[in-house]
This record gives sequence, C-alpha cells and structure tokens, in this order.
Amino acid sequence: MRGLGPIAIAVAVLAAVPLVVHSNATLNFLIVTLMIALAGQGWNILGGYGGQYSFGHAAFFGTGAYVTAVLQVRYGVNAWLGFGAGIAAGAALGSVIGALTFRSGLRGSYFALVTLAFAEVLRIIASVAPITGAGVGTLIKLDLGAQAFQFQSRAVFYWAVLALVAGSLVATRLIERSRFGAWLIAVRENEDAAKALGVDARSVKTAAMVISGAITAAAGCFYAQYFLFVDSGIAYGTWISIEALLTPIIGGVGTVFGPLLGALVVKSLGEGAKLVTGDVPGLDLIVYGAVLVLVIWFTPRGLIGGFMQARKWLTRRATPTASSIPEAGRG
Amino acid sequence: MAEPLLVVDRVTRRFGGLLAVNGASLTAAEGRITALIGPNGAGKTTLFSIISGFLKASDGTVRYGGEDITGELPHRLARRGIARTFQIVQPFAGLSVRENILVGAHLHHRAHDAALAAAEEVGREMGLSDLLDRPADTLTVAGRKRLELARALAIEPKLLLLDEVLAGLNPSEIRDIVPVIRGLCGRGITIMIIEHVMQAVMSLAEHVFVLAEGRIIADGTPAQVAVDPRVIEAYLGHGAAAKLGASHGY
Repeated sequence: MRGLGPIAIAVAVLAAVPLVVHSNATLNFLIVTLMIALAGQGWNILGGYGGQYSFGHAAFFGTGAYVTAVLQVRYGVNAWLGFGAGIAAGAALGSVIGALTFRSGLRGSYFALVTLAFAEVLRIIASVAPITGAGVGTLIKLDLGAQAFQFQSRAVFYWAVLALVAGSLVATRLIERSRFGAWLIAVRENEDAAKALGVDARSVKTAAMVISGAITAAAGCFYAQYFLFVDSGIAYGTWISIEALLTPIIGGVGTVFGPLLGALVVKSLGEGAKLVTGDVPGLDLIVYGAVLVLVIWFTPRGLIGGFMQARKWLTRRATPTASSIPEAGRG
Repeated sequence: MAEPLLVVDRVTRRFGGLLAVNGASLTAAEGRITALIGPNGAGKTTLFSIISGFLKASDGTVRYGGEDITGELPHRLARRGIARTFQIVQPFAGLSVRENILVGAHLHHRAHDAALAAAEEVGREMGLSDLLDRPADTLTVAGRKRLELARALAIEPKLLLLDEVLAGLNPSEIRDIVPVIRGLCGRGITIMIIEHVMQAVMSLAEHVFVLAEGRIIADGTPAQVAVDPRVIEAYLGHGAAAKLGASHGY
C-alpha cells in the first residue's frame, strides 16, 4: 500500500525510544503526548479533513474514559472489553451528535458552539450522576497484569498508546486515498459543489464524526487505564477539547502527521517553557502562549503547511522558469 | 412519441412576495442541445436550481426520464445523471485540478485508482492535461470554466445543465469551447444551456426557450425566436418590435 512507508518509519523510530530512554518522567511525558496526539488525530478527521471545527471533543474523550472505567468498576467487565466498548460508545455518540447538528444544517461557529455545549452538558451530568461516581469520580482498582490492561512498566504503556497512534495514522492515510476521503474534503472545500457531484454531504459529515469520535474516545479509554482515575473535570473538561484541536492546528490540519507533530511540539514547548522560566508561577504559560501565537502567525496552515511552503519556495528559486512554462501554451 | 428526457411542467417559485419563476414549462429532448435565454433577472438560474434540486419549487412538477423528481435532493439527482455547472464557478479552491475532477469521478468509480484514471481522461478531453497538478484557484477564468465542465462530466451525466459557461470568456476562448460542448452532445449527453452569448446559442441550440419575468414567453428554433416580437420587446423594451419593424419597412 502506497504512502504507508513514512508511517512505518515514524512508528519504528518512536517504538525504539524506550530502548534508549529509561527515565520514568520522560516516558510519562511521551505517553501523555502520544495520548494527546491520538485525541488530536480524531479531531483532525472531522476538523482537518471535513472542515467541521469542533470545540467539544471532550465529549468523546470523556465518554471513552467513563465507559471504560464504569464498566470495569461497576459491572466487572474485562478491561480490554471495556476499552472496546469505550471506543464504540465514542462512535455512537458521534453518530448522535452528527445526526442532530448536521440535520439542522449547523456550520462554522454555530457548529463549534453546539459541540462545546454537548461536552459541557455531559460534564455537568457526569458531575452529578451516581453511576459516574458524581463529584468523587471513578477509581479503577489497581490490578497489574496484561489481562487488566495495567502494566508495571511505563514502556509497555508507551508501546500500547503508540500502537493506537499508529492505527490512527494508518486509518487517516487510508481515508485520504478513499472515495469517502475525497468526498469529505470536497464537502470541506465547497458543500454545494460537492452536492452537485452526487456527494451526500450530511452522511459524509456524520460518518466523519463517527470515526472522529471513535479515535478521540480511544484516547479517553487509554487515559482511564493509564491513570486509573476519571472525574468529570478531567474526562469532559475543556482542556482536552483545546488540546485535541490545538495539536492538529499547530502541526497541520488535514494532514496525516499534523496531530502527532503538533502534539510533540506543543507538549515540548510547554515543558521547555517550564524549564526556562524556573519557579516564577504562570510565566511558563505566558511563554507557551506567546510561542503558539508566533507559530500560528507565521505558519497559518500549521508546521507541515509551513514546510511545504518553504520547499515550494526553495524549488522555485532553484528552477526559476519551471513555474512559468505551463502557463505559456494556454489559449 | 416518447416523452422528452426533461419535462418542466408549470413550475412556480416564490421568494416571499417575489415571483421568480411563474408557471414556467419547458422540455429538453434527449440527445439535443436546448437553450434557455432571457434578460437578466428573468429567473433562468432559479429554474436551473429547481431542476437540479438546490431549490424547492413552490408549485409545479419536474419529470426526468418519465419519473417525477420534484423536490429530490441534489446529490440524488446527480446520482440519477443530472449534472449542473454553477454560474459563479465553484471550484474546490484548495485542491488541484486533478483532485477537483476526482471528486466527480468517484461517483461511479469507488476505487481510488480507477477514479483517478477516469478523472485524468475527462481532464484530457477538456484540454486540462497540462494543468492537472495546478491548484484550482490559480486557473484563469477560461480554465475555471473548463474545470467546472470537467467536474460535471466526471459524474457521467445523461443531462447536463450549463449555467453561462461562456460568460466572461473572450471570443477566441468561446470559439475553442463551443465545439467541445457540441462534442458532448454528439456523445449522447442531453444538454440544456443558459447563455447570454447569442452567437453561441444560435450555433449550438436546436430549440430555444425564452424566459422573461419568470414566464416562458416564446420558444422555437433560434431563428424563430430571434425575430419573435415578444422576445425583442422583452430584451429591448415595450414598443421596440414595432419600431424595428417600421424601420425595416422603409
């Protein structure tokens, strides 16, 4: 399959990291970064390829996390089954939110606000409903072992989340080269023109939201297994909605590697800012914010968009006439 | 005799108090080129939008291939074989020419490679071979019109609705594209055009419908409608036909 080479290389390089790095703090940082990349990849399917900017992907992350945790704690379901159920619940939620929002024709900022509202409603419900543990949250019992999806070694968790990220990269690549992907991008670019070409815009967008919800929910399921604790502020909090949209936007919306690159850059930046600013409280956030503003200022299409722009500029300089030739023969 | 491929029967469309289309009826015979002309604001594009499902008719019916298709959604009509171009071209601006055509080609070719081959073939037919890798938003007006046409063709339509594909082109570009449209008709595609470039209408269409203020005021061969007093009055104003007639009389 064409185009999977770069993914194989990137995943192989990342998989080798725990063989070299043994620091638990570093591995923990990388695990969280990959988890954010996974959540961002989910957002990227709907937002990057479909042009539907969601501000409420916490709805999927939280649903994945809660379903995984609650099924284990209250119903004694096996962790792996809980994990799968969490992903399925994210997909189901995607179909519900997609059907409701796209049926009523919501676009742009209205769509963004409604997704935000869905996430907030779920957060409030989770903070009072007995089944989620309400304000106390849900604690998954420590039960180390592969059958409970709990590992002593950080490296194994790292490989687990990397496997999920790899799956999401391959899925994104396959979508890019499929009819569904072509139609999804067409809807992003011009919905009316797409309809005139036989594209059922509403079902294409809803399908994108189902896939998107499933991938972001997988990140939530992983969160529950890794930290063994979920409460409403974590699961349905705005922080994850922001992380999920920020990473692809910084890395490159609508590109396979955008969310992964964005997560690595954004998270390193956050840690780097802490190192530079030392003990002054809040200063790291100011530095972090300022750098983000600069990145978006100079590369509005994300880092990958910036690289491609730079490469185009360089090749044009190398062969100055190349771009003027195709224009010449036209009548 | 079989029913024409497209039959628009007394279609009306109101926008609030404005009657944009008022009981208009027309037909498009299979395998022919039919033109819809009329002064600006006559309701031509509104009528096209109703036929292609982008607007609902307030009253009346549209039949296609003998079936009632009134009010069906645009993507379903496209799947039935009705393609349209937009008066204001609507390229997928961020995509290359090839990717633009590919979207249409995917309708009947699920596999990526098959769709890509079909898209390139259509691109070649429309004279876009050298531009396939260009971003659509860098094309000239003539290029965009050709792309609009290529994308519509990629869905392999039976009925092609062309909304002013010649507008904004210079005479030599028009000379280039007229035979292309005639060639499509030669392949058996039924074509309906909205056009202001009369010279092209005269040379392309076999039958012309004239729409003015939402009503069909005349129809016939291009030569017939060109001398029809009602048509002349619609374009040039009340009394114009009599004056013209008088001046010819002397």
